[in-house]
Amino acid sequence: MEVPAGPSFFEHLARERPELLPGQRTGTVPEAAVPHATTIVALAHDGGVVMAGDRRATIGNVIASRHMEKVYAADHFSVLGIAGSAGIAMDIARLFQVELEHYEKIEGTLLSLDGKANRLAAMIRANLAHALQGMSVVPLFAGYDPRRNRGRIFSFDITGGRYEELEHHAIGSGSVFARGALKKLWRPGLDADEAVDTAVQALFDAADDDSSTGGPDLIRRLWPVVYTVDARGAARVPGERLAAAAEAVSARRAADGREA
Amino acid sequence: MPAQFYVSPEQLMKDRADFARKGIARGRSVVVASCSDGIALVAENPSSSLRKIGEIYDRIAFAAVGRYNEFESLRQVGVRYADTRGYSYDREDVTARGLASAYAQSLGAAFMEDAKPFEVELAVAEIGAEPSADHLFRIRFDGSISDESGFVVMGGDAEVVGEAMGAAWAGPGPDDGGYAGAVRAAAASLPGVAAGTPGPRMLEVAVLDRDPLALRGKRRAFRRLDTGELGRLLAAGPPRRGDGGHDGP
Repeated sequence: MEVPAGPSFFEHLARERPELLPGQRTGTVPEAAVPHATTIVALAHDGGVVMAGDRRATIGNVIASRHMEKVYAADHFSVLGIAGSAGIAMDIARLFQVELEHYEKIEGTLLSLDGKANRLAAMIRANLAHALQGMSVVPLFAGYDPRRNRGRIFSFDITGGRYEELEHHAIGSGSVFARGALKKLWRPGLDADEAVDTAVQALFDAADDDSSTGGPDLIRRLWPVVYTVDARGAARVPGERLAAAAEAVSARRAADGREA
Repeated sequence: MPAQFYVSPEQLMKDRADFARKGIARGRSVVVASCSDGIALVAENPSSSLRKIGEIYDRIAFAAVGRYNEFESLRQVGVRYADTRGYSYDREDVTARGLASAYAQSLGAAFMEDAKPFEVELAVAEIGAEPSADHLFRIRFDGSISDESGFVVMGGDAEVVGEAMGAAWAGPGPDDGGYAGAVRAAAASLPGVAAGTPGPRMLEVAVLDRDPLALRGKRRAFRRLDTGELGRLLAAGPPRRGDGGHDGP
């Protein structure tokens, strides 16, 4: 029996239009010649999860973009943040969004959260050859699991390894500093509002110590991109809310007048 | 060597068309109507899992009558066509016209060349900013395509249902009753539903909302109506104009 083509858009492209897959460029590109995206944090809260990313992309020591958005709504119940080679990372994020919607349309039902994480792992694995040339892409995936009624976070490595993270996680060049902040600020039973404030603070700390991570830009009024996901679905946190959070952190630290 | 009988091309086409028509006539009908709220797709379908109506893209939906295995594979081909196009160009560049002509080409090629033609009839609907910008395409088994306005009826009793629908519903306009008006008129026109079986159980209904971004914060206009919502739509009295459908078989 001939099995009809499956519900995966990624496999459909690999079969029919391989030239459209992310990173199908020949030759070696020097790593220092393309923009890199940086810090993403995610943390679980009561009934959901929050993901936030700074807005900076860098080429070596130069700021390539101040406006970049690295956190995306993947579908109704999940979000995706990316760090690494910006061009390939954005292609993978866009392909992943289509992959989930395609499955939903073909099958008439949503993929499970674990199923979505596995599909993303397969896409990262397909990029391994480029990753070994320095064009690595590492995503952070988070979503609300309607079967378990809670938010869950998944991290990945360049070989497509998939790891479920508990409580919180950070990826990208500023992740070490963000994770330190999250360790001190996260506690069980945070509500969504507190989780947004915590994410903004963690990114503030990452920007403080990592030159590739952008802090809140009070002059251009640029704030991190923050998404919340809970039983009602994924929603982007509006700019005014983030302005208030970022200004509160700046004011508090200025008033303290201390080194950190 | 077996004897080869001469069959005139006219006869060959006629035989194939008769074969496809017979297959389609066995199926129950589908109505696709454009109204002030959006586009309502109404199928007479007692099954809650084998669908005749499907989402293709942000603003495009699909409806079909005929053989399930054939139109289901055509629906999946349509989703792949739209997603590939939207991914390689942009989401805005996926149009019902492009999809309808791709369908017309494959149905036409199959009608001429394959061992048997498709026993299906398809509708591709695209929602616009206002009813006059809506597109309703109807694609027949032989690949012929028509651009309809107001509503499309397909299936075995298409002519009878079409007349009933025309009598029951004045077409899109500011006082057309929105989804309730279009769905009630369609339900009253479809013979299996009008015959007295409880409406929501016999109907599969989906809509394309005109402004999904304002309504739900989503760019995807397609939405299925569950039995509860459908029951409320149907319960709110008879259709706006006439009580059409009772002249059906």
